[in-house]
Formats: sequence, C-alpha cells, structure tokens
Amino acid sequence: MFSLRQVRAGTVFMVLCRTVLLVGISYVILVPVFLRISQSIMPVEDLYDQSVRWIPRSPTLSHFKMAWTHMKYLTALRNSVLLATVVSVVQVISCAMVGYGLARFHFPGNGLVFAMTIFTLVVPPKIIVVPTYLNFRYFNLLGLLKDNPINLIGTYWPFILLALTANGFRCGLYIFVMRQFFRGMPRELEEAAYIDGAGLISTFTRVMLPGAVPGLIVVFLFSFVWQWNDYQYITMLMPGKTFLTYMLDQLLPTMANYMGATDQITVSAGFADNHYLSLVNSAGMLLMIAPLLLLYAFTQRYFVESIERTGLIG
Amino acid sequence: MQTKRRFRWTFERRQKLGGFLFTMPFIVGFVLFFLVPFAQAVIFSFNELKLTSTTYELVPKGVSNYEYALFVHPSFVKQLTELMGDLLVEMPLILAFSFFAATLINQKFAGRGLIRVIFFLPVIYSAGVIQKLEVEDYSAIMFATSRRAASFLSSDSIKALFAAAHLPGALTRYVNAMIDNLPEVIRSSGVQILIFLAGLQSIPPEIYEAADVEGATPWEKFWLITFPMVSPLILTNLVYTIIDSFTDMNNNVLRLIEEVLWRGYGYGASMAMAMLYFGAVSLILIVAFALVSRRVFYRN
Repeated sequence: MFSLRQVRAGTVFMVLCRTVLLVGISYVILVPVFLRISQSIMPVEDLYDQSVRWIPRSPTLSHFKMAWTHMKYLTALRNSVLLATVVSVVQVISCAMVGYGLARFHFPGNGLVFAMTIFTLVVPPKIIVVPTYLNFRYFNLLGLLKDNPINLIGTYWPFILLALTANGFRCGLYIFVMRQFFRGMPRELEEAAYIDGAGLISTFTRVMLPGAVPGLIVVFLFSFVWQWNDYQYITMLMPGKTFLTYMLDQLLPTMANYMGATDQITVSAGFADNHYLSLVNSAGMLLMIAPLLLLYAFTQRYFVESIERTGLIG
Repeated sequence: MQTKRRFRWTFERRQKLGGFLFTMPFIVGFVLFFLVPFAQAVIFSFNELKLTSTTYELVPKGVSNYEYALFVHPSFVKQLTELMGDLLVEMPLILAFSFFAATLINQKFAGRGLIRVIFFLPVIYSAGVIQKLEVEDYSAIMFATSRRAASFLSSDSIKALFAAAHLPGALTRYVNAMIDNLPEVIRSSGVQILIFLAGLQSIPPEIYEAADVEGATPWEKFWLITFPMVSPLILTNLVYTIIDSFTDMNNNVLRLIEEVLWRGYGYGASMAMAMLYFGAVSLILIVAFALVSRRVFYRN
C-alpha cells in the first residue's frame, strides 16, 4: 500500500496539474475579452507602439463615446431589451406547453411532432431567410387573406408569432429541455390533481409549471441570450431598425461615412483609419455585450445550478 | 369494475386531447412559419426568382441550379468538403474536451464558482454578430499576432516537436490542425460542458461508495461507472455540436450561399446549394446518430 506521504504527494501533484489546466483554459477563454477591453481604451498611437502590450500609455474613453453616439446606444438598448424580454417570456411559455405535451401525453403523432422539433433545429435559418421574409411581407394565413395580404416586416409581430408558436430561433432546443424536465417529474403529482378534479389546463398551470421553475429559468436565460445576440432574424424581419446587434454591425460603415463627411479621412491615411475604426469597434462590442455580462453576473448560478436539475439526462 | 373501465376510457381520451392541445401551437406554427417557407425554398431551388415591384415570378429551370452548384461553381464542393473535414477534426476534440472539462470542474476545489463562470462565458460572448465581426476585423488580428510573443500558450513549439518526431505526414497534419483549432474548440464547448456537468451531477454517489467498498481503482471507476452513466449525453452533445457548427452563420459554406444569393448567380442557385448542404448535414447527423446510439448505455 502507499504510505501517507506518497498519498499526500500524489494529491499535491493532482491539485497542481488541475490548477495549471484550469488557468490555461481560462486564459484561452478570457484573452479575446481582455483584448477587446485593452483595445477599447487604447489610443491609435499606442497601437503602433511595440513597447505597449496590453495596458495603454494614456487610456482614453473617446472610443466609447464614439461608439455610444453612432450606435444610438440608449435607443438601441431599449429596443433590444424590449425585444429580447418579450420574445423570451413568450417562448418560455410556449415551449413549456409543447414540451409538456410531448413528455406526458401518448397521442397519435407524438413521435412525429418530436421529429418536427428536431427538424426545425437542423435547418439553418439562412436557408429559409427569403421565403420567411416573403411569408411575412405578404402575410396571408395560407391564402385566407389572399386579396389583401398584410405587411408584417418592420413590426414586432413576426417575432411574437414565431415565439407564440414555439418556432423561433432554437425553440426546438428549448422544447427538448422542457420535455426532458417534465419527464423527470413524478406522475403522482398530476394524478392527484386529476383526482381532485383539476382539468388539463389547470393541472398544467397550477401543478406542473410551479414545479418546473428551474427548467423555465434555464430556457428563459438561454432564449434571452440568443435573442440578444441574434442578428439574422433582426436584419431579415426588422431591416434598418435600431437594435444593438444591427447597429454594431453597421458601426464601421457609419463611422467611415461620418469621418468622410467631416473631412477626418484622407485617402493616404485610409489604412491608419481602419485601425482607428477597429478600436472603436472594440468599444462597440463591449457596449453591446455589457448588459448581457451584467445579467450573467447576477444569474450565473441559475445557468449552472438549475441545468443540473433539469433532468437533461434523458 | 364498471367505474374503473370508465376511468380508463376518459384517461385515454384525456391523453389524446391533452397531447393535441399542448402541442397545437407548435404544429400550427410549424406549418405556417416553417414548412411553408421550407417548401418554398425547395421549389425555388428548381426555379429562377424574378422580383417585380409588387410580387415575384418563378421561371422553371429544372435541375440546372443543382448542376451549377455541383459542377460549375468554382468553390462550393471544395468548401463543403473542407467544412466536413474540419468537423471531423473538431467533433472528437469538442466532445473529449467538454467531457474532460466537466469532470475537472465537477471536483471540489477553491474558486470553483469563478472557474465555472469563466468556462461558461463563451456561450454569451462568442455568438452571433460579435463572432461575425471578429472574423472580419483584420486589425484586431494584427494586434493579436503582434502581441503573441506575450502568450505562454505558444502552439508553435508543440508543432515543432511533432515535426521533429518524423511521424507520418497525415498524423502530423492532424495534430497541427488540432492545435490550431484548440482555442476554437475551447470556446465552442460551453453548452456541452454544461450538459456533461449535469450528467455527472446526476450519478448517485452510492454507486461510487459501493465501488470503493469493493476496492475499485479510480481508473476502473471511471470506465465502469462514470463513462457508461454519462454516455447518453455523448449522443446529445454530438447532435448539439453538429447542429451548432452547421447552422453557425459564420461558417464558410453558409457565407458562400449568402454571397451567391446577393451578388452571384441568383437565388435559385443559392437555394440549390442550401438544399445540398442541408442534405449533407442530415446525412452526417443520421450516420453519427446510428454509430453512437448503439453503443450508448441507458440506465432504465
């Protein structure tokens, strides 16, 4: 057998290995974030100064001011918060319903509906961009309103309709999570509710949903984050509207236009200006991601802890 | 007896009614907002789309869009096969890494909370538009390379080591590809780590206690308890990883499809490419699923 000293040496070695690995991996994850932070406060001169690595000689907030103005930050922030909140709240409810239906009811077509949810995940949104756009541009409910189709582009309606019907971005995944969660809940709960005379809907809303709160939180958080970062649906369904992702994507062209108009750009200095724009871009990225990081800081334990209890295990 | 029979009948009816009731929103939405656009995309792939001021027209083209995608377009087939090759390199790495990382952060140590926060950060950070801009931002790339000397994770030394070892070329290339992909792998493993972590947490501790009593070594405990118990999640993660990397709007094939859509050969050709791409993805999913699902161990 091993002596106590050998065991202790082994443990120390293990802890050392683990620490090195964890620090290394964290480093790889954090470097891009630190890079952006470093760039966002770095004056252009420091970018060319090889003696400056991470911490700029004379930190500046001017990039943040530029990005703030040109992204119309407050308006964009308000719109993004509104859209992400509405969409994720509605999606939580609809995906919970569908997940519950799939988890607890044996009806003809259960397997087919489940396959359909996976199918919606596998098709890249890009494939159906144009038909979806046309669908909402000339919205006619399968021909019911054939003579005067409604134009829903530029309104919140496409998002709300997609969320209500659990067909939004990555909803298949949320349905899957909720299905697994409900499958893990004891059947006795529902049986007791039925015997006490509760109907289908009141059993769901008053017995099953309160018990599924951890799963609902996970779905809400993921759905909020992915809706916040979404770019494809926003540019397709609300072209030109002030949302953070869209404004960030347009930041460089907007800035270039602005600088051209105010004579701050010359042809020979074009290359240098690209670098300056890139620094402003870093500030813009941080501005876009900051609210999410804030949300994450407050809710991170729900991400990790509640997913452990969602019964995702199948 | 009579009452019991009546109860069972209503139970079944309730099962059917409830199933349709709860999944109805999805079915309606699937038909309206998914199936209709998808079917249109399929139709478009056999046509040429001409937009007029009020509506659009279709000019039938048969399979010529598909012929264009497969035989005429200079880089579509190449990009598609390259993407699949990349996936073959990355897939085992992502699965192995996320499993490994999950076992690491499942252990008890000081600062575990902080490490978990960091490991999950990429889910928030490397998504959507940020990643799109990262790819396009060459200035930042220059910045990063000029400061690479400062990084202690220099991959070049590892590559040099493998090159010096005179291993078969294919192996060296594979290792090189792996090393180049490593940061990407780490950053795209957030959700997978979380799923594995959930699986590890759900293994009843009694099983390990029993194994300890029987005198099992850590090696045996890993292969005979941990691995089989978590194996269903390998399937889940495999499917998630395939879907995640193939629907990632920044991958080369989807970029190409978009390029063709807006300034190239036209919408029909773009949709034909998209359909071929979708077919390839489905095929990979089915093959991967069939290969792995037979080896998975289910508790019940």
